Amino acid sequence: MVDKNIKSTNNSWVANVAQLARIELTNAEETKFAGQLGAVLENFELLNQVYTDNVEITAQVTGLTNVFRSDEVKNPAGKKSRDELLSNAPEVEDGSIKVPGVFQ
Amino acid sequence: MTDLYKLTISEAAKKLKTGEITSLDLTQSCLDRIAEVEPKIQAFITICNQSAISQAKESDRRRTENKPLSDLDGVPFAAKDLFCTKGVLTTAASKILNDFVPDFESTVTKKLLDAGCVLLGKTNLDQFAMGSSTETSAYKTTKNPWDLARVPGGSSGGSAAAVAADECIFSLGTDTGGSIRQPASLCSVVGLKPTYGRVSRYGVIAMASSLDTIGPITKTVEDAAIVMNVIAGIDDKDSTTLPNKTPNYKKSLAGDISGLKIGVPKEFFGQGMNSEVEKIVQSAIDFYRRNGAEIVEVSLPHVKYALSVYYIIMPAEVASNLARFDGIRYGYSKIKNQKSAIKNLEDVYISSRTEGFGDEAKRRIILGNYVLSSGYYDAYYKKAQQVRTLVKKDFEKAFEKVDILITPVSPTAAFKIGEKTDDPMQMYLSDIHTVPINPAGVPAISIPAGFTLDNLPVGIQIIGPHLAEESIFKVANAFQQATDFHQRKPKI
Repeated sequence: MVDKNIKSTNNSWVANVAQLARIELTNAEETKFAGQLGAVLENFELLNQVYTDNVEITAQVTGLTNVFRSDEVKNPAGKKSRDELLSNAPEVEDGSIKVPGVFQ
Repeated sequence: MTDLYKLTISEAAKKLKTGEITSLDLTQSCLDRIAEVEPKIQAFITICNQSAISQAKESDRRRTENKPLSDLDGVPFAAKDLFCTKGVLTTAASKILNDFVPDFESTVTKKLLDAGCVLLGKTNLDQFAMGSSTETSAYKTTKNPWDLARVPGGSSGGSAAAVAADECIFSLGTDTGGSIRQPASLCSVVGLKPTYGRVSRYGVIAMASSLDTIGPITKTVEDAAIVMNVIAGIDDKDSTTLPNKTPNYKKSLAGDISGLKIGVPKEFFGQGMNSEVEKIVQSAIDFYRRNGAEIVEVSLPHVKYALSVYYIIMPAEVASNLARFDGIRYGYSKIKNQKSAIKNLEDVYISSRTEGFGDEAKRRIILGNYVLSSGYYDAYYKKAQQVRTLVKKDFEKAFEKVDILITPVSPTAAFKIGEKTDDPMQMYLSDIHTVPINPAGVPAISIPAGFTLDNLPVGIQIIGPHLAEESIFKVANAFQQATDFHQRKPKI
């Protein structure tokens, strides 16, 4: 499995992943989470005891495949439903969601 | 008649039908009860006083016109604040949804409203259903009605406490790793986690989509069957719902348990288990033995790995599901709260998520992204999915030998508020007996089975094969008919 020493001796993995997940952590949070999650990651080592060569993965348990429904419009779009959908957006202009620029 | 709030669904439905009471009487009684005990229990995030009254009046009008929508027309309920309810604040107990008012209704709440049920309010939970105590809620910690210094369990702790404290006739919860069954056990109410796919997840804020299930929290097993009759079934808005015909669950209650083969999996007993809890579970098993069931010891050798499997797969799905909260379309947003601090689009993402998510959501997002990241995917995520197969097969093999499994729900009775908040791993371990059921996708119920010497409730878990909710109801109801644990009420 993964080199255990990297994660137990170094908090940088927490900072790296948090950055990728668009979450900012203070140094104190980074240390706290690394300690707490370190204990959880140690628990994962248990899985090394299980022989899994040639074992299929399970991603879902329904056994259903290719579930389709007919392509019918049930709620015709209109100004009312658009306004309702936009009512939760922080900033709206001319029926569209407005966001700051990507570059500044 | 006073104390209408104490009624079960079945009792209330009869009185509504005969005209002995009105929905307004019943709804007002529940709202009064909420006003009386809510300062102590803190089960609700939102209470729908006005809309509940007007829904009750509508129901009474239908009754007078002899046009009730169903037997349940006029029965008041509460929904975990994870169900999207049109026009009613829906927070997931997180700051990141502090002002989110959905413009659509979840399938399950819609089915109940279409049956004439009255929505009393939205109950507290662990933030995004992540936790076992309601302590990760951004708004409040719900208190256990049996001991206000203790947790009600979680994540559906508000829904379980609200039923235990008679603040509603029944409630809805969600269960991803025990979030219906563990609080039901800790509060002495009935909580069913149906087969994955039996009840639509549409409109319920997702935590881990391959594990999330929706189910009732009720005062009796009969009531759980009654709610399932309304909410189960295929939904074209949720492609994981099962096409199998839904039975009349009420008919399953009267079955005979003699000759039934009940498996007791040895892996669910022993280490870390409170001796009083073990005694209570054993005495429930003895009840079945005395009543003609055959008790067989079985082994599920891979369940000891299920907690590790769960804490890899669940956060991985959380990381994906919670990526949608970005401060752009709905919910907490830096654009709304402090626009001057934003320089560009990425600032919106980062500051909205950093300020909006609580610690537990952040921990799971980080853990989930880590186990999915390049270089770790095979070692963690794929390995966990393979072991998930082995856990699922363990249950399938066990059910070749026995009809049903009985286990403890939680290794201990309700723990003290604050006892486990600093140690997530200890908190995760309180779900050790409920978590294995979700990766396997099978149904399970928690029913009241006794009390510790400190008068804290303890439940038992009855697990059935895929789609065997009827067997579960039969076995659970037999116990409930012969015991009075479910009728005992906390002194609040």
